Amino acid sequence: MTAPVLEVRNLTVDFRSRHHSVTALRDVSFSLGAGRTLALVGESGSGKSVSSLSIMGLLPRNGEITGGAIVYRRKNGGELALNGLSQRAYRNIRGAEMSMIFQEPMSSLNPLFTVGDQIGEMLMLHSDLDAAARRGRVLEMLELVEIPAAASRLDSYPHELSGGMRQRVMIALALVCNPALLIADEPTTALDVTIQAQILDLMRRLQHELGMSILFITHDMGVVAEMADDVAVMYAGTIVESATAGDLFANPSHPYTRGLLNSIPRPGRDPGQRLVPIPGTVPSLSAMPPGCAFAPRCGWAGEECRKPVVLEAFHTGHDVACFKTREVAGNA
Amino acid sequence: MPDALVQVRNLTKSFSTPAGKVHAVNDVSFDIPRGSITGLVGESGSGKTTLGRVLLRLIEPTGGSTIFDGQDLNRLDARELRDMRKRMQIIFQDPVSSLNPRLKVGAIVAEGLVAHRVGTRRDRKDRVVALLEEVGLQADHMHRFPHEFSGGQRQRIGIARALALEPEFIVADESVSALDVSIQAQVLNLLLDLRERRNLTMLFIAHDLSVVEYLCDQTIVMYLGKIAEIGPSQALYRDPAHPYTQALLSAIPIPDPARHAERSHLKGDIPSPLSPPSGCVFRTRCPMALDECSRTVPPPISRGSHHESYCIRTEARYEPTSPIQHP
Repeated sequence: MTAPVLEVRNLTVDFRSRHHSVTALRDVSFSLGAGRTLALVGESGSGKSVSSLSIMGLLPRNGEITGGAIVYRRKNGGELALNGLSQRAYRNIRGAEMSMIFQEPMSSLNPLFTVGDQIGEMLMLHSDLDAAARRGRVLEMLELVEIPAAASRLDSYPHELSGGMRQRVMIALALVCNPALLIADEPTTALDVTIQAQILDLMRRLQHELGMSILFITHDMGVVAEMADDVAVMYAGTIVESATAGDLFANPSHPYTRGLLNSIPRPGRDPGQRLVPIPGTVPSLSAMPPGCAFAPRCGWAGEECRKPVVLEAFHTGHDVACFKTREVAGNA
Repeated sequence: MPDALVQVRNLTKSFSTPAGKVHAVNDVSFDIPRGSITGLVGESGSGKTTLGRVLLRLIEPTGGSTIFDGQDLNRLDARELRDMRKRMQIIFQDPVSSLNPRLKVGAIVAEGLVAHRVGTRRDRKDRVVALLEEVGLQADHMHRFPHEFSGGQRQRIGIARALALEPEFIVADESVSALDVSIQAQVLNLLLDLRERRNLTMLFIAHDLSVVEYLCDQTIVMYLGKIAEIGPSQALYRDPAHPYTQALLSAIPIPDPARHAERSHLKGDIPSPLSPPSGCVFRTRCPMALDECSRTVPPPISRGSHHESYCIRTEARYEPTSPIQHP
């Protein structure tokens, strides 16, 4: 395997308020191979968005990386440590080397500028193209993301576009400088299922054509199965399981991963067969249980689960953070 | 349909906007059998939320009627309607904005009881305790404010409030959409329990087709204010007749990387309801459309018992390749 584009090692992020601080990410490690898609999957509060903001240098001011490292491999092959990078240095790589698309394309596009101007701004910042060349390149991008009658859309404002079209514009904006890394944070969650299918297809095609690596953040196991090569499952600020997508869905080995999969209604299931929900709720970050954070909701939990648990290789390429892995996996 | 609690007949709602008239709900008819859950699915802009509200007469319809247990809601005067309201309730999508942040949970749940002057203060308190326990909360939660609860718990509060007046009929509008999947499964099972315990009749509005298949006995697929297909959930999901239903089902991402669905993708977006296509409203995105589809408003064509598709090509497509491989 070629060297990873992105490596996150033992990342820990704290958020401070006036009186106390909470740990939003604890010892998170993952790596994203060149041209691959890694899905970070988890429910609200699991830390998947904090992970992506840490990588992009976009943590809010009360958030701080207190441990670990984020290493990005530049397009020219050089390694760049992202933690501790100045905002000035970040401005040079954001958009050019790494880009991000968000859940709500309406609030991430500027309502006062045309689509063409906003995409063109990226080229103004990161290329030497003149105005005419920029306009040509923007048009090319709009065509690449399959916006119908692209030329007539250059001068449209975001409010004149549908949700699906806006997300296409966001993708064009993110990819116009040909970044090596695209972070997609719930990019299809706000879209209807038919439009979601279009956008997922588009992202797959663009990855194939442009070769970027994608860090795909989602709560939807169906979307994970469609998009990901590798998966890291997050719970309460830690990674509880990571594997290739095929291995994770075939042999889910952490009780949380299993619970998540059992909670989803699947097409064509037997009528009358009930879903098995995970009991209870996610613990608050300020009141984490000792040891395994999932233990209070876990049917397998025992005495040892009160001790700290780390992500360990269960078998090759499949890591699980659970003392009971063998019992859980044996109970397929 | 035998023993329908709710009969919707030619229900229509149009809104006047500066740009013209929008037919949000356009001549919709169906029955909801007593004690069953009917799912209403469609993309945003299909009119499903408006239908839920017009049907309860929370918004006045432009035409048509809702017959609730034999009585036409649209012919009731204000006083009669108010009495009828006890028998039908609604649960909303967003449990944050639908609960008054300045009221304690006990007061929120009791509000309907107070408004309809049910029981004494003490009776009402006992009732609130019983309701909170029924939806999986605790009695002492009544002294807390909504912000002290998680999303799933807030949705349970909304459900307790809806149940307070012992309604026979509940409209649940995207009531689990904002919840995480593990919590969503808890609330779905709660709704199934309530249906069994109380013989509730429900209209469940959702955009998530898998959730509707799991929960609902009957499914209605809407597109641009009209019904595309209606049928028993099992039949409709196993043998979708309308090309729109087929496209919706094939777009669901399946949580199994080994089973990539064969996609029959819809192109483009839902058209503006200001100028819906003539004839069949779906024809502009339909892979099966014929010239005739622009001229004829498709009538319902039977595909089986209580299973109807509003597509003139329904018969012609009797042996389609199923877009989803059911195991």
